[in-house]
Amino acid sequence: MTFIRLAGVGRTVALPDGNQLEILTDINLEIERGEHIAVVGRSGSGKSTLLNIIGLLDSPTTGVYGLDGQPTDAFSARARARLRGATFGFVFQQFNLLPRRSATENVAAPLLYASGGQVWGRRAAAREMLERVGLGQRMDYLPERLSGGEQQRVAIARSMVRKPTVLLADEPTGALDVDTGSTVMDMLQHVVTEFGTTLVTITHDLSVAARADRQFRLDHGVLSGLSAADLPSVTAQRSGS
Amino acid sequence: MTTVVAILAETWSEIRVHKLRVILSLVGVFLAVFGMTSIAAAGDIGRQLVAESSERSGGRPATVMVQAYPLFSGPDNEVISTAMREVVERYDIRWSSLVLDEEIIANFPGQSERVSVRSVDPAFGIMHRLLLEHGRWFTPADVQRYAPALVVSPSFLERLGGFDPNRPPTVRLGGDSPVLATVIGVLADDDFGSPFAYLVNDSDSGWTAGSNPYGQPPMLEMWVPPEQVDQVMAAVTGDLLLTLPGHDVFAQRADAGDQLAQLDLVLNYGVRGVGYFALLLGGVGVLNVGMVVVGQRIREIGVRRSFGATSGRVFLTILLESVCATAVAGALAIGCAIALVLNLPYEQILSVPIEDLPPFPLKAAVEGFLAATAVGALAGLIPAIVAVQAKVIDAIRY
Repeated sequence: MTFIRLAGVGRTVALPDGNQLEILTDINLEIERGEHIAVVGRSGSGKSTLLNIIGLLDSPTTGVYGLDGQPTDAFSARARARLRGATFGFVFQQFNLLPRRSATENVAAPLLYASGGQVWGRRAAAREMLERVGLGQRMDYLPERLSGGEQQRVAIARSMVRKPTVLLADEPTGALDVDTGSTVMDMLQHVVTEFGTTLVTITHDLSVAARADRQFRLDHGVLSGLSAADLPSVTAQRSGS
Repeated sequence: MTTVVAILAETWSEIRVHKLRVILSLVGVFLAVFGMTSIAAAGDIGRQLVAESSERSGGRPATVMVQAYPLFSGPDNEVISTAMREVVERYDIRWSSLVLDEEIIANFPGQSERVSVRSVDPAFGIMHRLLLEHGRWFTPADVQRYAPALVVSPSFLERLGGFDPNRPPTVRLGGDSPVLATVIGVLADDDFGSPFAYLVNDSDSGWTAGSNPYGQPPMLEMWVPPEQVDQVMAAVTGDLLLTLPGHDVFAQRADAGDQLAQLDLVLNYGVRGVGYFALLLGGVGVLNVGMVVVGQRIREIGVRRSFGATSGRVFLTILLESVCATAVAGALAIGCAIALVLNLPYEQILSVPIEDLPPFPLKAAVEGFLAATAVGALAGLIPAIVAVQAKVIDAIRY
């Protein structure tokens, strides 16, 4: 069964002058478990809004968003929050690490919203996840003392610590240089593959998008498929990874 | 259970991370609770000082004083004393004393001087909470002494040149049959300012204590339960009127009684009112800092929402941060207040002896703690509402 299904999804927001701004228009998208898809587009094309809808941070104004066969508009705000925490992990362009908390505390933070043993064993789980992303020597470092690449690796560890079904990455390499971005993406793909996690990457970088199984373009709120011809470096990128 | 632990862990983490602003915001609450509990405790001690001072002159609550005056002749102290002792025995009143004020000639080294003396029963010392600087108060055995025992004021002792418990000072008392009296105790207070001495009643066998310049008959003092005062006064007055025909009998309460209740009223409402007002101001400080900090933490709140934090959880965490912080500040303030109040040298500061230092008022401590916690809850409420109303997407982008 399709895990994520968007059918005719649209999103509009009211402007101060009373007009409506259409951010997403008739989005139809199906994503299977374990799949890796990428959405490319210019700034302001609606990429982040799409990601927020998928991650239950936002709701569509039209259409249906089905998650694991359940229409999400039936969920209460509380249920959406719980489902969000249990199902999705988020990686942000600006990392969004909690300031003045160590790497371990940052990675352990999502487990405070879990239940049972996950809460009690949060520090051990966080340390294990930091080991996996190669930050075993930086566990007690504050974010301010970590490089950009290291901060994003902490963010990836944090997003994966609850072992989510879906990882939503919003411009994960946007704040990193090319080499560091490539290393982070390698590590990200390695982790999601290891856990069988579905990965949805939002990016404006075609080389990052080329790593995905399927690629989409979002232009002025309209989603369309991206052909191999649009990705000249895909073959080289994938064979190189 | 796990959720509660998680919320507390998150709250503690927030307080730890933001400890500087937490400490700064709590200064007002700390000072208010500290002031409130310290003043309440100091007020209790002040009340005790006033009570003890009052009890030294008027007796403990409730002390009933009874006097019998002959209507047509001079007082016959022997008759009046006997009638009063019979009444005390009849009603089995445990704490009582006959009191007679007289004057006597004391032959101090180098000079003779007329001094005031008060003849009392041994129970008088307890009834009036008398404090001694040296020696001891009378016991029933002192009634049997051949040489009368004296408990004297510091001025009296000064005339004698000091007190040595191994060789108690003596003084020859004048009168028709002079006698050598032994000083067995020295009062801590010098309320009278001039030489003064207590004698124990009935110790004057074979000698006359002194003259009675005031023409006052002996009076009876009884320490009885406050709720029995009216009953005792009516019974004793009635009995004495019957056994002392031709006398008028007066009974009244000698202790401070309602005056202390007035003091309690001031301490309870005045001091607490000021304390609550100060606490309210402290709460406004916490609220101000809370509002500023929530504004700065919007992104963090958004990130936590992405972790799956419900709005209720965000609300509770922000509220608990404020409640826990003010509760800790309140507890610390109470601890400091206890340390201060119990270690102040009151007797040196006030130059007044205090016999029973009251314990730190538990009620004030509990009240201060609960008030601080409540102020924390009120001050945390608005920032918590603001935090919940923040839109998650905007919060993450902030």
